[in-house]
Amino acid sequence: MHIVTTRRISQIFFFALFVWFCVVATLGERWWQLRGWPINWFLQLDPLSGLGLLLSTHTIYAGLLWGLDTLALTLFLGRCFCGWLCPYGAWQQFMGYLGKCGLAASDRIARNRPHPAQRIKYWLLALLLAAAAGDLIQWLLAAILRQPLAPQNGWLAAALQTGLLDPIALMHRTFNLVMLPLVDGRAYPGATMIGALFLLFTLLCLWVPRFYCRFVCPLGALLGLLSRWSAWRIGKKENRCADCRLCERDCEGACAPAGTIRVSECVLCMNCLDPCRHDLIGYRTQPSAAGQHESPDWTRRQVVTTLAAGLIAAPLLRLEGAAAAGWNPDVVRPPGALAEADFLARCLKCGQCMRVCPTQVIRPAGLQSGFEGLWTPMLDFRVGSSGCQHNCVACAQVCPTAALRPLSVDERLGRGEFTEAGPLRLGMAFVDRGRCLPWAMDTPCIVCQENCPVSPKAIFTREVWQPVRDGRYTVRAVQAPRVVLTATLVPGQYGTGDYFCRSGRGEKVAIAANDAESFTLAPGAAENALPTVGEVLEVLLHLQQPYVDPARCIGCGVCEHECPVQGRRAIRVTAENESRQRVHRLVLS
Amino acid sequence: MNADSQTAHADRRWFLNRLLRASLGAAGIGALGWAFWDRRGPRPGEEIASSDLLPDFSIPDQTQRLAVVHGAERSTNVAAALAALGGMERFIQAGDRVLLKVNAAFAAPPLLGATTHPDMVTEVARRCFQAGARQVLVTDNPINDPASCFALTGIAAAAQSVGAQVILPANHRFENYSLPNGRLIRHWPLLREPLRQVNKVIGLAPVKDHHRSGASLTLKNWYGLLGGRRNIFHQEIHTIIAELALLIKPTLVILDGTVSMMRNGPTGGSLDDLKPTQTLIAGTDPVAVDAAGAALLDKTVDDLPHLRMAERLGAGTVDYRSQLVK
Repeated sequence: MHIVTTRRISQIFFFALFVWFCVVATLGERWWQLRGWPINWFLQLDPLSGLGLLLSTHTIYAGLLWGLDTLALTLFLGRCFCGWLCPYGAWQQFMGYLGKCGLAASDRIARNRPHPAQRIKYWLLALLLAAAAGDLIQWLLAAILRQPLAPQNGWLAAALQTGLLDPIALMHRTFNLVMLPLVDGRAYPGATMIGALFLLFTLLCLWVPRFYCRFVCPLGALLGLLSRWSAWRIGKKENRCADCRLCERDCEGACAPAGTIRVSECVLCMNCLDPCRHDLIGYRTQPSAAGQHESPDWTRRQVVTTLAAGLIAAPLLRLEGAAAAGWNPDVVRPPGALAEADFLARCLKCGQCMRVCPTQVIRPAGLQSGFEGLWTPMLDFRVGSSGCQHNCVACAQVCPTAALRPLSVDERLGRGEFTEAGPLRLGMAFVDRGRCLPWAMDTPCIVCQENCPVSPKAIFTREVWQPVRDGRYTVRAVQAPRVVLTATLVPGQYGTGDYFCRSGRGEKVAIAANDAESFTLAPGAAENALPTVGEVLEVLLHLQQPYVDPARCIGCGVCEHECPVQGRRAIRVTAENESRQRVHRLVLS
Repeated sequence: MNADSQTAHADRRWFLNRLLRASLGAAGIGALGWAFWDRRGPRPGEEIASSDLLPDFSIPDQTQRLAVVHGAERSTNVAAALAALGGMERFIQAGDRVLLKVNAAFAAPPLLGATTHPDMVTEVARRCFQAGARQVLVTDNPINDPASCFALTGIAAAAQSVGAQVILPANHRFENYSLPNGRLIRHWPLLREPLRQVNKVIGLAPVKDHHRSGASLTLKNWYGLLGGRRNIFHQEIHTIIAELALLIKPTLVILDGTVSMMRNGPTGGSLDDLKPTQTLIAGTDPVAVDAAGAALLDKTVDDLPHLRMAERLGAGTVDYRSQLVK
């Protein structure tokens, strides 16, 4: 089979596989839902995730070891990941193909000339990696000095931001939060910007093929740096050629195979092989006879500058204080989330937790937790189908980097060996007494109490009998169980079962019904509790007012989701008392 | 032909060279990856290591001794109380390093009685040096801004005037500490570093009304050794004070009731809140000293539940009369 055809089949296969993994990251029991597929495989295969986490946590978590395969493959074969495997690369290439349809060969060649801006992606790579490097540097320093550094060493913060630009994280984010929701109707606040950025880079491909790969992609840059050592590479057999440049007509990487090839830019699309009428170009074991640029086009000065900028960027981001005293209580993280600084050192912003959440209560953060926290998962109890199910650990099990560490249901619920630790708390619910119906508006409700899934319930109520506004009536006649009044009533207004009347003797008697002129008292009202003619009756409304028990509330937010005050809920969960950060503890009990 | 074969030879060498490098590179990356591989991920509840336990700063043969003296002058009161206890030499020996734990909680002038009076610092530090102390440190973790507190209370100037050194509660001076069998003081930041530098600890507390605990005396004064969001402990104020009584076994405590803050505590803010109670109590058992001091606020031991709680924990006795020196 033709090599280009093979490459296309590979790209289609891996693209389809990628989309499939996104689709099956849906919790459920149907054939197209979650059932053991390695849905994080692309993220794990992506060495930028693994390297980023190595720098920001001095560990490579579980499946991220797959990234080593990609690196090793690149050392032997060059950037085959970009040209053959990367789903975003395939998407870009396809859009680039649409953009160049019908163009003359000379125009196509012109689009594929190497551009100085291609070095930008190396700057971005250096910036992102340096920003993440604080932890590994600190760890190495501690190992060398043989003593731990002061934990609050602000100058060596680790900010993992590779996920912003990492093509696999970007693809997952886009498919999880934009593409699939377009089909299945989910809604994620913040999805518009994610979709718009994807659209922007897609449209730019119509103008420059593989725009993102060439100018932005930090993963491509990382593999480009490695491909200088690759054993196999594209090159010319002889320097002398007709200089027709047809080999550059469809060159995806803009690596100038006709001249001095830029090895680090070549994505192994193999489009240069066939057009050469003299068969001068090949995927070979020798360096190109026309010479080659092995390293990317960036100067040492630029490397140092971008690395330094990255190292400074991390503490600069931390200055926001969102991971310290300035934490935002509105950011309630999913179960299993590590303490904020550790969480931020791991989160790739891939959106896998958001996709897998059965109640779709996890959304990408905007700037609520600072610039660093952009697109990281937070709970929004107003969206989704319910609060956070307290017996579910799907997000924590799915997270590819243990930013949400893998929890067991036992640990979440505080059962078995976790009995002493108690249930995991995401935050705590607070009743807003100014908005709550029974507290502020003389209206029975307690939906929050009913839906509280904790046993015994974390929301309990206290009863009050509230005198009704304008609710004093004089008794005209007593015809038990009817009590005729001197006033005119709206029939049925006190017949809801929540109203009582109180006579001068102070005893409460339930009102079963009322017509325009009388109450019907509930059967069983004691004979001596009946009012007498001329007496004034006071109508009371029986209300149950909700309270939160801080020792029991786990912050699941079911109450907030169910609260009938739909705009700003009358009971809301904030991150107070969350288990993941002891310093946010609210109560001693 | 010959040239061609030479080129082919060179090409082969180049390729083998490349292959070797790629293999070494892959092996190196693999080894590095393997070395840093974390199979299980971060584990729950990995607590930060706790500091080693605090030593006992008390003098074995000087326990259960308490003196109550009266007078309007702090320095005279201190002198009289120490004389009653047998002199500072009973507590401080040559070469000792002493920590004075003052109450510098608020950035208020000494006149308002919300903090340890600077005269107390001067007098006690001077007598420590006289007894042969090599170094006297003064510390507290105040509620208001630490530097402002030490400056405005006059404590910093007082310490400086006699050569004692103020230790500000900087972050690095705290260590996570767990009190053995403690329920509240567990993995809690403790102002540990100054306690490491000394072998004697003297508590210097004013007598103050405290709305939550009933009184702020020598036991409540140890609250200033805690860091973190310690106000969470106000939910169980008596338990935390009882645990503080267990936490630290001081060499000596001096309760300065020359003037007492009778109401509006613990901040005060008006001279009207103060009363010249003209009493100073010094002793080696802070529970007993506070039990004796309760009367200065017109209270009894029963008004201050933490005293009996501390006694039940074995931190001391509320029966101060048994400890009065003759």
